[in-house]
Amino acid sequence: MAEIKLDNLIKAYGKVEVLHHIEGDIHDGEFIVIVGPSGCGKSTLLRMVAGLETITSGTISIGGKVVNKLEPADRDIAMVFQNYALYPHMTVYENMAYGLKIRKIPKDEIKRRVEEAADILEIREYLDRRPRQLSGGQRQRVAMGRAIVREPSVFLFDEPLSNLDAKLRVQMRLEIRKLQKRLGVTSIYVTHDQVEAMTLGDRLMVLNGGYVEQFGTPIELYQKPASLFVAGFIGSPSMNFMDADISNGVATLANGAKLKLSSKFNGPATLGIRPEHLVADDKGAIKVTVDMLEQLGANTLVHGILDGTQTSFVVSLDGIQVAETGSNQTFYAEKDSFHLFDKETGKRIVE
Amino acid sequence: MIENRPILTVFTHIIMILGVALIALPIWITFVAASHDEIRMLQAPIPMLPGSHFVENFKQALFGAGLSGDQTPVWRMLLNSLAMALMISFGKISISLISAFAIVYFKFPFRMGFFWMIFITLMLPVEVRILPTFEVVANLGMLNSYWGLSIPLIASATATFMFRQVFLTIPDEMLESARIDGAGPMRFFWDILLPLSRTNIAALFVILFIFGWNQYLWPLLITTDTDMTTIVMSIKQMLESAEQSPQWNIIMMTALLAMLPPILVVVGMQKLFVQGLTETDK
Ligand SMILES: Nc1ncnc2c1ncn2[C@@H]1O[C@H](COP(=O)(O)OP(=O)(O)O)[C@@H](O)[C@H]1O
Ligand SMILES: [Mg+2]
Repeated sequence: MAEIKLDNLIKAYGKVEVLHHIEGDIHDGEFIVIVGPSGCGKSTLLRMVAGLETITSGTISIGGKVVNKLEPADRDIAMVFQNYALYPHMTVYENMAYGLKIRKIPKDEIKRRVEEAADILEIREYLDRRPRQLSGGQRQRVAMGRAIVREPSVFLFDEPLSNLDAKLRVQMRLEIRKLQKRLGVTSIYVTHDQVEAMTLGDRLMVLNGGYVEQFGTPIELYQKPASLFVAGFIGSPSMNFMDADISNGVATLANGAKLKLSSKFNGPATLGIRPEHLVADDKGAIKVTVDMLEQLGANTLVHGILDGTQTSFVVSLDGIQVAETGSNQTFYAEKDSFHLFDKETGKRIVE
Repeated sequence: MIENRPILTVFTHIIMILGVALIALPIWITFVAASHDEIRMLQAPIPMLPGSHFVENFKQALFGAGLSGDQTPVWRMLLNSLAMALMISFGKISISLISAFAIVYFKFPFRMGFFWMIFITLMLPVEVRILPTFEVVANLGMLNSYWGLSIPLIASATATFMFRQVFLTIPDEMLESARIDGAGPMRFFWDILLPLSRTNIAALFVILFIFGWNQYLWPLLITTDTDMTTIVMSIKQMLESAEQSPQWNIIMMTALLAMLPPILVVVGMQKLFVQGLTETDK
């Protein structure tokens, strides 16, 4: 059993607080992804769990035990670093065995574990090589292997795929996912890539400027983003936002267009709509002046400006579509597909 | 640069051959002189081709009474020099490794203060502080001992500074990885830092060995016992102390023998040495 509990965590460097009141319960065997823009404190949070950074205040418990004061080696965790941090002077075998050797695990047991991990990761033929004789993808596997042989109760990953090329990244992503399901080890994975986050995580913790914006499943984040930040961060291309005045289930845009909503909220708000929830419709109320088309084959992205405003707008249409630059197009969206956010706080408006 | 012009090739070769000749000629003369008997060496012109007394001179220099009867045999002086050079190199390397380790990896009060203190000693080589150092060594009763020969030369800011730079190039994740693996500080030092600095240690060893081997002023000052004479000192003394005209054949043989260990060290460690000076990736 290794559930992780983050309780009112704060991290400050000197007077500068970089993580504020982080709360989170991670269940046994869950794959959690911490996602957010660069510099938001993802690595810091992960390294606090690992024991590589001190905790300014609050507690971290792993498996019901408070680990604030424990050395990394005593927290029953294994970590995969972005640059892999393999020991260059040791062979792949020695790299994987090093932690076990220090733990004084018997030689034949070490051998068994290393070979088992090597088989899972298909790196058995490289066991005698040095890290510098391996490709990036192979080093990545060795780093994973080093984590697996420890048989820890928690895996920690800090952007482990960002040094790989795009294709390999997709492949390794799937493998990490399968491996984690197979081993059933609680995992925390840090990335700035929202696609990676959406595909990997059972649940996502979205961090922004040291605050948790939302902590939920990928579907929850997509369907019910808790804030403007999450709404804009999750999904690609990102959500369109416009200012609106809402009364009696009707939103009036800055250009006077009226849209039907299912919300009972009244007053000014920021209205959000995802590009893929719009359809071309001659009678639609959303009028867009087309700037540019992006043909992706399966769909077409229409970039433009909301008519009569300065708000840029993106629509994703199915299949291959044509439209003149500078022409006006009208679009329609179901009333349930709109999102409402508070103008001041940026929080989702819920009734 | 790849050039393919015959004239240039010839020209560069001539320059190189001249350079080699310039360096090789004195060594050749040393070798030739070491292979003639005493009488031949006193006649003009000096010979340019090897004679037949090489083995004889070799035996006399190495094991015999050397020059004038009361001299220490050369093997003894070689041993003294070797002991001094090795103690200096090992001492310098271990002390600098340990102090660089402390400065880079431990946070203790006045850390940078200590670093600068070590750094400032760069300005105080033995020659500058020779009188007080002599006083200290004399008071500690280390005159005429290997300790006296080597300890005052061991402290080294240069090497500390070099190892600090080497350690700084090792990514932090390496340390963190080791911490997660459960390696304590000393284990990290032995298992990770030392192997990663191997080539730098080798390069430094070559430089320091030659530095130690070539020491002249300091050994001259603190050794009075002829049993403690080092080889570099002795060559000078052989020239001066001779009452009759100098025995060139023996002196040159001694010089040859004095050159040998540094050459062996350089040749033996060449591969590591070059790696240590050029390797950048960790
Ligand atoms: N050792 C440190 N000293 C001071 N500030 C730091 C230190 N490490 C990180 N920070 C700051 O903490 C914030 C979060 O950093 P980090 O966790 O590395 O971000 P991320 O991994 O999300 O890109 C950044 O603003 C960074 O400048
Ligand atoms: Mg980071």
